[in-house]
Amino acid sequence: MQAIKELSAIVGDPISYARKLKEQSGKKIIGYMCTYAPEEIIQAAGAHPLRLFGSNKNIFLADGHLQAYCCSLVRGVLEDALSGDLNFLDGMIFPHTCDTVQRLSDIWRLNISYGFHLDVVLPVKLDTKSSRDYMVDVQNRFRNDLEKALQVTITDDDIKKSIALYNEIRGGLKKVYELKNKNPEVISGKDLSALVRAAMIMDRNDYLRILLNVIAELETKGSTIKSTGKRRLIISGGICSQPDIYSVIENAGGVVVGDDLCTGSRYFEGSIKTAGNPIAAIAERYWQRPVCPAKHLDKNARAENLIKIAQDGKAAGVIFMLLKFCDPHAFDYPYLKESLAAVSIPSLLLEVEDQPQAQGQLQTRIEAFLETLS
Amino acid sequence: MAEKDPAKEKRKIKSVKKMKDIMTNYYIDAKMAEQNGKKVAWITSGGPVEPLIAMDVIPIYPENHGAMIGASKMGIDLCQKAEVMGYSSDLCSYARSDISCATVNGGPIGGLPKPDMLVCCNNICGTVLKWYEVQARYFNVPLFILDTPFCHTQFLPEARKYVHRQIEEYIVFLENACKKKMDHDRMKEVGRLSVEGQRLWQAVLDTAMNKPAPLSAFDAFFHLALIVTLRGTKQAVDYYEGLLAEMRERIADNIGAVENEKYRLLWDNLPVWYRTKWLSDKFAAADTCLVADTYTSAWCGTLKYIDENNFIESMAEAYTRIYLNIGVDEMARDVVSMIDKYSADGLVMHSNRSCKPYSFGQLDIQRIVREKRGLPSLMIEADMVDERFFSESQIETRIDAFMEVVKERKSCTR
Ligand code: SF4
Ligand code: SF4
Repeated sequence: MQAIKELSAIVGDPISYARKLKEQSGKKIIGYMCTYAPEEIIQAAGAHPLRLFGSNKNIFLADGHLQAYCCSLVRGVLEDALSGDLNFLDGMIFPHTCDTVQRLSDIWRLNISYGFHLDVVLPVKLDTKSSRDYMVDVQNRFRNDLEKALQVTITDDDIKKSIALYNEIRGGLKKVYELKNKNPEVISGKDLSALVRAAMIMDRNDYLRILLNVIAELETKGSTIKSTGKRRLIISGGICSQPDIYSVIENAGGVVVGDDLCTGSRYFEGSIKTAGNPIAAIAERYWQRPVCPAKHLDKNARAENLIKIAQDGKAAGVIFMLLKFCDPHAFDYPYLKESLAAVSIPSLLLEVEDQPQAQGQLQTRIEAFLETLS
Repeated sequence: MAEKDPAKEKRKIKSVKKMKDIMTNYYIDAKMAEQNGKKVAWITSGGPVEPLIAMDVIPIYPENHGAMIGASKMGIDLCQKAEVMGYSSDLCSYARSDISCATVNGGPIGGLPKPDMLVCCNNICGTVLKWYEVQARYFNVPLFILDTPFCHTQFLPEARKYVHRQIEEYIVFLENACKKKMDHDRMKEVGRLSVEGQRLWQAVLDTAMNKPAPLSAFDAFFHLALIVTLRGTKQAVDYYEGLLAEMRERIADNIGAVENEKYRLLWDNLPVWYRTKWLSDKFAAADTCLVADTYTSAWCGTLKYIDENNFIESMAEAYTRIYLNIGVDEMARDVVSMIDKYSADGLVMHSNRSCKPYSFGQLDIQRIVREKRGLPSLMIEADMVDERFFSESQIETRIDAFMEVVKERKSCTR
């Protein structure tokens, strides 16, 4: 697919893309690392929200600030920042999630001189009235802080327009997942992963145009391509930093029909109400979307969601892709695995470093897992 | 039996025995709670215990239990059991050992009494949130989360409002769990006792400003247990009064924790529980006393925010602004002011792979201390409970090399 090829190049080198975007459009670029960043407000301010994934380069500079038992995502992003690769950023925002990012924010504030720095100290629990009210307060403060930092006024109308755009993007991605679920051969896992990541990197209006074309293409293609009856699988974890995993799975005879990832369904689930106060509506979405393990909803919420994803996808099994040293995900793994087992869904744990792993080894493990699936 | 060394005997802190008795009785009481019709709450170390005391609920601290597991060198076994359950060896070893211990009733006291409720305050880390979710599923009991927004640079008004509301919710939670109303007069009294206990604990720690320091950080690690577990009780107040008197006596008699104290260092992060004696001996052999630490002072560090006549109200701020819930730069300021206060010649940092919020940022604090005070510092890579991450020979070499630097520097500046 031509459109996807273009996206893949961007996803492969988001930093060059962002630099160019800045040059050409004059837009301010605001970095963030997490799906809890209120992107809609950044977009409404006329700036460009850019998700940072960290590069795969060797860590030298970040070693002076973060010990080796820090996850590679945070070490990688800090390395990029310290080396100056991110010096085009006009600002960086840190929504509160895990302990590691919490400290990254401090270290960033003390060591990175370019761009403004905003903390968005979200509530950790998302299940009480007081935390809801606090969430709205936090979003309102963010709006004010951003107005000051960018010296702009963000009107309710701006936010509403942005909400409409995001609803279309999120709805579109959901649509692609549905098509993939119906017929897994319609788009490869690797392409789908690039499509989701590009949503966090590209100019959102440009992106939406491409997304709509992709959907149209998939819809016509969907009726002509035959399903091959490969083993249907779900991936669960944090960010999926190994796009190759999809090809490995496909080579092993499986196919990914859905996910519980923050570079996947956790990014696009839940739409924002278009009526009423737009800030309250943005806050409200955080209650509807599947929760990340660094936040508390019901103590069983994540298992229920994962089982639902697996059952909706008629999946034969689940692969957990966990980043080494990621506490929130590592804590949830045993209970998620058990909850899946209780409804007879087998699972496989793959612990990954950000560095590309020996593909052969991964493939053997996945093949062995697929063989155990009935 | 060998003759006891009288000089060593003189240096032993006598209150130790009283402390051990109090802790033993506390755990016996806790284990008999059910027979005595009392409720048990598990609570995080930074959590607001005072309302529990006021409601006659017995507070249990899994982290204190974790420290006991570490000190009795039972950490590896329990951590490995957790790994068999699927918990990564990279997770906090307090959490790992507590989670597996609950399922086997192992550890030094045969497991903790079962909780009737769980109270989790995330002012120390996000780990406790996940850990308490695990236990809430395992024991199937109600969980209250006190969410204290992180204060990177400030405690914002909306955060204050949010924490205030949660403290009200906390009391309602307890009233429901205990099926009785909170006695607000009793709560006030508990608040006063808590403040008094914290003041006394600070006063005990302050005695280490004296040269020689009558107690070391290693002593403080031990005597900390009561201000954590029994804060808000008369018992804690009485105990620390006794301890303070003993410290003052030692000062009068010129008794130091280390026989021939020449060098004074500050410790950062949790203790290495299974090696406190080894480390203490190691430093003492170099005429060095670890005179203070950032860890034990966390239980009295927010006294400045507390209004003892309005405890419940001021508690929101005090519990939100504790040492681990503030930015790295503010922590560095605290470290520098402790260095000045206790006349430290250097800094020893335990880079504790279990505790990310405590350890990430240490390298920057180290740099700030170097810039502000020109003091040398040592980074020890270890883990507070899981001995597999402690390399004795490596650490020994590093301590020796570091002490050379400290001595060198001191002889130059004299
Ligand atoms: S959630 Fe996990 S992977 Fe993400 S930044 Fe935190 S520790 Fe790293
Ligand atoms: S040691 Fe650190 S991570 Fe573990 S419970 Fe304590 S504060 Fe949390």
